[in-house]
Amino acid sequence: MGGIVLDCERNLRWLERLAGLLAEQAGPLTELDAAIGDADHGINMERGFNAVKERVLAQAAGKDLGTVLKQVGTTLVSTVGGAGGPLYGTFFLRMGQSADGKSELDARELRDALAAGVEGVRQRGRAQPGEKTMLDALVPALEALDAALAAGSDNRAAWEAAARAAEEGSRATVPMLARKGRASYLGERSIGHQDPGATSSALLIRSLAEVVG
Amino acid sequence: MTVSLVVVSHSRRLAEGLAELVEQVVQGRVRVAFSGGAEDGRLGTSAADIRRALDEVDGPDGVLVLMDLGSAVMSAEVALEELPEERRRRTRLVDAPVVEGAVAAAVEASLGSELDAVARVAEQARSQPKLGG
Repeated sequence: MGGIVLDCERNLRWLERLAGLLAEQAGPLTELDAAIGDADHGINMERGFNAVKERVLAQAAGKDLGTVLKQVGTTLVSTVGGAGGPLYGTFFLRMGQSADGKSELDARELRDALAAGVEGVRQRGRAQPGEKTMLDALVPALEALDAALAAGSDNRAAWEAAARAAEEGSRATVPMLARKGRASYLGERSIGHQDPGATSSALLIRSLAEVVG
Repeated sequence: MTVSLVVVSHSRRLAEGLAELVEQVVQGRVRVAFSGGAEDGRLGTSAADIRRALDEVDGPDGVLVLMDLGSAVMSAEVALEELPEERRRRTRLVDAPVVEGAVAAAVEASLGSELDAVARVAEQARSQPKLGG
């Protein structure tokens, strides 16, 4: 397991890639949100990550990983606008706290940073898996990562498993009844639509999987 | 000194209008700040802007924060967590209907009540019937 799976340069590549994916998928994410929410998730995430690019990534030279991740969180809580702001903001703040002062993370440290972020989302949203939220992508991703690492997979394979689990998890939100957020006001009518937050969470894990290893 | 209020909404106009409504009731006896809308003026909430509102009315007797829907609550929680420990202890997020709760809390605060009592009155606004008992 030894060896570095995420360093400063790869961290920046991850965040750039995630910003790119969110910009590319802003339309589809907003359409998903139009069905069961307030039709702004894609626009909001794109706006937040544009701010991340300008205010954090463009000035990240010489900063350690934890600092950059915390700055991403601070930027998102003030720029996204919708529920994604405090939820993704908390994700990156907690991940950054877990990586505090570090410039390189090994497999275990990156796993722990992800777990801290996921726990932050769970606490902030007072949600559990199965309620049609971001957690329905993030929790399966973390479980798949843990299972793969425990089985001795290499990092690349373990993160690929995590990305697939997140994508499957986001698709599995289609038949779920929303119990959190604006979608919960729809009750039974929320069934049959994929959750936008779980969908963007799968992009987060996918983009991270692309840079680790 | 008295307890201050911060009202948070996804809509800047809603937050501003509510602050206006409250101010009319308490006539300057209670400090009221509002935070509403995303950074670029669209609907939404911002933890940084909530922090600005908290800074505006902070005082030794504390601040009661009333919020509208989901992300307003979560953004307020983020803002609260970022406060220094001493201020966090005198800043309270309250689970209350935002309009009725804000008016009731402002009146209670104007009477010089402590933060716990002001928060309790805001919570009780939920069970106050509008169309008779």
